[in-house]
Amino acid sequence: MDILKFLTAGSVDDGKSTLIGRLLYDTDSVLADQLEAIQNANRKNDDGTVDLAILTDGLKAEREQGITIDVAYKYFQTDKRKFIIADTPGHIQYTRNMVTGASNADLAIILIDARKGVIEQTIRHSYLVSLLALKHVVVCVNKMDMVAYDEDVFEEIKASYLKLASQLNLSHITFIPVSALRGDNIVNTSVNMPWYSGKSLLEHLETVEVAEQNVNLPARFPVQWVIRPQTDELHDYRGYAGRVASGTFNIGDAVTVYPSGTKSKIAKIEVFGGELNAATQGASVTIHLQDNLDISRGDLLALSTAAPTIANRIEADICWMDTKPLDTSTMYLIQHHSKVTKCKITDILYKVNINTLEKINTHDLGLNDIGRVEIKTADELAFDPYEINKNNGGAIIIDSRTNVTVAALMLRAGV
Amino acid sequence: MDYLDQLEAEAIAILREVAGQFEKPALLFSGGKDSITLVRLAEKAFRPGKFPFPLVHIDTGHNFPETISFRDHLVQSIGEKLIIGLVQDSIDSGKAVEQKGKNASRNALQTVTLLETIEKYGFDACIGGARRDEEKARAKERIFSVRDEFGQWDPKRQRPELWNTFNGKIHKGENVRIFPISNWTELDVWNYIKRENIALPSIYFAHQREVVFRNGQYMAAADALQIDATDEVSTRMVRFRTVGDMTCTAAVESEKTDIDDIILEISQSKISERGARMDDKVSEAAMEDRKKGGYF
Repeated sequence: MDILKFLTAGSVDDGKSTLIGRLLYDTDSVLADQLEAIQNANRKNDDGTVDLAILTDGLKAEREQGITIDVAYKYFQTDKRKFIIADTPGHIQYTRNMVTGASNADLAIILIDARKGVIEQTIRHSYLVSLLALKHVVVCVNKMDMVAYDEDVFEEIKASYLKLASQLNLSHITFIPVSALRGDNIVNTSVNMPWYSGKSLLEHLETVEVAEQNVNLPARFPVQWVIRPQTDELHDYRGYAGRVASGTFNIGDAVTVYPSGTKSKIAKIEVFGGELNAATQGASVTIHLQDNLDISRGDLLALSTAAPTIANRIEADICWMDTKPLDTSTMYLIQHHSKVTKCKITDILYKVNINTLEKINTHDLGLNDIGRVEIKTADELAFDPYEINKNNGGAIIIDSRTNVTVAALMLRAGV
Repeated sequence: MDYLDQLEAEAIAILREVAGQFEKPALLFSGGKDSITLVRLAEKAFRPGKFPFPLVHIDTGHNFPETISFRDHLVQSIGEKLIIGLVQDSIDSGKAVEQKGKNASRNALQTVTLLETIEKYGFDACIGGARRDEEKARAKERIFSVRDEFGQWDPKRQRPELWNTFNGKIHKGENVRIFPISNWTELDVWNYIKRENIALPSIYFAHQREVVFRNGQYMAAADALQIDATDEVSTRMVRFRTVGDMTCTAAVESEKTDIDDIILEISQSKISERGARMDDKVSEAAMEDRKKGGYF
């Protein structure tokens, strides 16, 4: 059994909370005391049934101010799979939350209100999914009960979404007509839409193949920590601890260490209480090299046959996440895996109007703005273009005065 | 990759980030299954080296004796350092005031001792075994959760946490709470304990115990509970789903004495884990309020 992490994009108005509530409720993932809490709540649907949206209700601080602060994580499982939902708010002022949620998701569910069709927020959500390079999209056309379960409505929305998707370079799109409120095609296939022969949402989530295309990507291993016990019996022990970001490392593979460029071969791959012949994407291991090199935290091991991009002038897409706007004269820190170095954002090439996809010339980037920038870093970074290998192409910007994470970067190319 | 391997690899990577990013981290150890799991994960992250942090136990003085002897045995067997912060010391020095009345608990006082211990040793990062599936305030907390000088969590000022990139930069006096098993569920922890054959304190398994029925739940009949004539004490087969202070951890009736049965019981159970914790029942936002006050 594996884990599928997915993101839900939409707002309360689209029935997003009801959809998540329905998934939890119909998979028996709501426990008695939580159920008791929602049954005791004053909020009920018009027909007197419990309001499943309560299951995704937020914190006191949010209710008091009527806002959604953040990404909330929900967990459920079926016999086939375990699921982690990143539940993010859909309004434009929460773009940074959606970017954050999308950064760790394998799949995105985009909710479209059947009565409204493809609207501005659909474009925005789809753009963000494409920006963060999510490979799987499920478009749930919700509230089908409000349009008399009409197939034509569904087909029209599908056609106009596909037009949008081709502009955004989205692939693997699945369309499902649903009513989260009534439970149509969420867990069980709907009797109200006999014209739909596809899977229910849950069946799709249980079976969709997201197994990392990354396994075939060039091998990358950021060093997090050097294990050197320096005891009498382990005097010469030197292991590089980290997690394989992409690809596969085998014993005997020739590797290059970045940024130094020194080369060696893999002598041993260790895990607690054993050794492996190979380590693939996602595995936390300790690697030993044949030669005694000077390697420390922040360095990257890469297969010598497939070098990453090495650059200190980098073009990147940026999502600005701080209330204080980007300042091209300020020195920031950039963190790429465990590597932290100083940087300046030297140029704002353009900003994207994410409701219309229009590129705008600008000198300003503020909270929730997305654009293309040029960065100059103190030390060189060893990265891959984000769209090819997102596990070695994402980085964050930290304001060294406040220590806050102020931006997400999708690194695109050396300049 | 199997889901337990995925969760394990993620947790190991988080622990190694703690080692790499902080000067003086600590692993908060309660003697419960989640922190025992963290100890195993730390072995996986750092052996054959030593842990780059000590274990820290905030001891209310009202712990189950089984937990304390388990703790001491574990620390000895792994050969790592244990620091104990005593709530009694905070009470004696006047920094914490004991609650009065029948339902008095030292649970809330732990926060005082925790903050005192952090200050005394200058810890800049505290690793904890909290999980997001436990409670809705936890569901919104970061894996690296920055606390101010007063240990407070501000849900509105959390840092965006992208990919597996963790920003642990802080100002002097601040510290970060770190939750490597954020993405695990209760069942995941149990399945992992089974797979790894990890030993647990005996109170997790069904045993005969004197209990008091109070506020709809069975509590261990301990001295700390202030039992009086109105209390009905009986002996029952029970086990504990979480292990905290004896004054606020309720038992569930159970015949389950081995881990397979417990896993089955949990997967069929209809009461969520924190439902057996009186401290969350005080109000709907109990956990949120305690976290803001410095609780982990």
